[in-house]
Amino acid sequence: MAYAFDFSSVLEYREALLAGTVKTLGLTAVGAVCGLAIGIFGAVSRAWRLAPFDRIFTAYVELIRNTPFLVQLFFIFFGLPSLGVQINEWQAAILAMVVNLGAYSTEIIRAGIEATPRGQIEAAQSLAMSRAQLFRHVVLPPALLKVWPSLCSQVVIVMLGSSVCSQIAAEELTFAANFIQSRNFRAFETYFIVTGIYFLLAIAVRQAMIQAGQRLIARRAR
Amino acid sequence: MKKRQFLHALIGASLIGSAVLSANVQADALANAEKSGTLRIAVPQDFPPFGTVGPDMKPRGYDIDVANLIGRELKLKVELIPVTSTNRIPYLTTGKADLVISTLGKNAEREKVIDFSSAYAPFYNGIFGPPDIAIKSAAETAGKTVGVTRGAVEDLEFSKIAPATATIKRFEDNNATISAYLSGQVQLIATGNVVAAAVNERTKIRRLDTKFLIKNSPNYVGVNKGEGALLAKVNEVIAKLKKSGDLNQVSQRWLQAPLPADL
Repeated sequence: MAYAFDFSSVLEYREALLAGTVKTLGLTAVGAVCGLAIGIFGAVSRAWRLAPFDRIFTAYVELIRNTPFLVQLFFIFFGLPSLGVQINEWQAAILAMVVNLGAYSTEIIRAGIEATPRGQIEAAQSLAMSRAQLFRHVVLPPALLKVWPSLCSQVVIVMLGSSVCSQIAAEELTFAANFIQSRNFRAFETYFIVTGIYFLLAIAVRQAMIQAGQRLIARRAR
Repeated sequence: MKKRQFLHALIGASLIGSAVLSANVQADALANAEKSGTLRIAVPQDFPPFGTVGPDMKPRGYDIDVANLIGRELKLKVELIPVTSTNRIPYLTTGKADLVISTLGKNAEREKVIDFSSAYAPFYNGIFGPPDIAIKSAAETAGKTVGVTRGAVEDLEFSKIAPATATIKRFEDNNATISAYLSGQVQLIATGNVVAAAVNERTKIRRLDTKFLIKNSPNYVGVNKGEGALLAKVNEVIAKLKKSGDLNQVSQRWLQAPLPADL
């Protein structure tokens, strides 16, 4: 029963682990920024019924939220080249993550926008603010502040979901783990370490998001 | 008491007798087959394209064709015995089959137990790609992207010999590797010739031609130890089939590729 752990055989590959961790973080950062940008645009389109974007975003949200991430990834990576669009594994991975997070964050942010008290909007209108000014200064900051914890969770979920990108040979953290254990046959130790790395990454990303929220949004929302 | 001793003696005698008898059966399988007019050949039925069961419920495949060709050349009726990869050698050594034509590779362990004929079918891992990429060695994959299935034999072997500028993309399973090739995500793939044949048979999107071999383990006909006459005859037939082009036709039919010249 006693299993002899041998972590040294995994640590021989620490460069691969480090490179994978950096790639995973990079994917998450680009995915989060672009995904949230799409989410904000999608949310206001849907909440304020900005034609024709409201219809487009409704279809997009339904399509993405009702299909598995892995299938979306395969569709982009294996499907688009067959249609003549050449795309490498990183472009496919980033595109899939942005598209995926964009759909979920659209719905999350929309909830925040729709929770804006009517009186605040009327007050802004009575100050002769334009619609863009109203959105930028009155609606968006409090809305983001309200749903920020949900958005943090969603970004962490997408980061953990990026492990699926190993399937299309994008060499992120899970790819590094699979690669290492196919060479040293120490699956337990390898995944033990990688589980730890993901756990720490998730905590770090959440903390960074909370900090960013306080610096960028909380001040403007008050 | 006496009765039991007698019984023991009887069992012992019958065991020895049957051992002698089966030894006799093994001693000259060729003569026995010629006497009965049938040659019993163990073939696979679960390993396409070498041996499967066709829509008519009859076995078919590369190995079955070779079995029938050997029967034709020896002017004997062929009795096909379906076997699995685990029981194919026991079928031979216990005298239930005269020959094993069942995707059998040669190694030192097996050579202690049975004899092997000359090779009759190619079986290898290699680099495959489209006709317009003309390369013949690992060094020439420099600057190319090569798809492999992570952790497979071809991954481990090719990773050792690949030049530094070759990009190896490792996929989760065979299907992903093949999809990556068919969709143009990689220029070449490392896989087995049997896999490549199966792909070429099913799709015409992008052909897989052999570029060079990574690991070669051709198939041989297995014959029992001490069956020199049968082994000589089988080797003679295989040489003849190679020369006449019959074996090449079998290869074209099941592997969608000509028989390698050095087989």
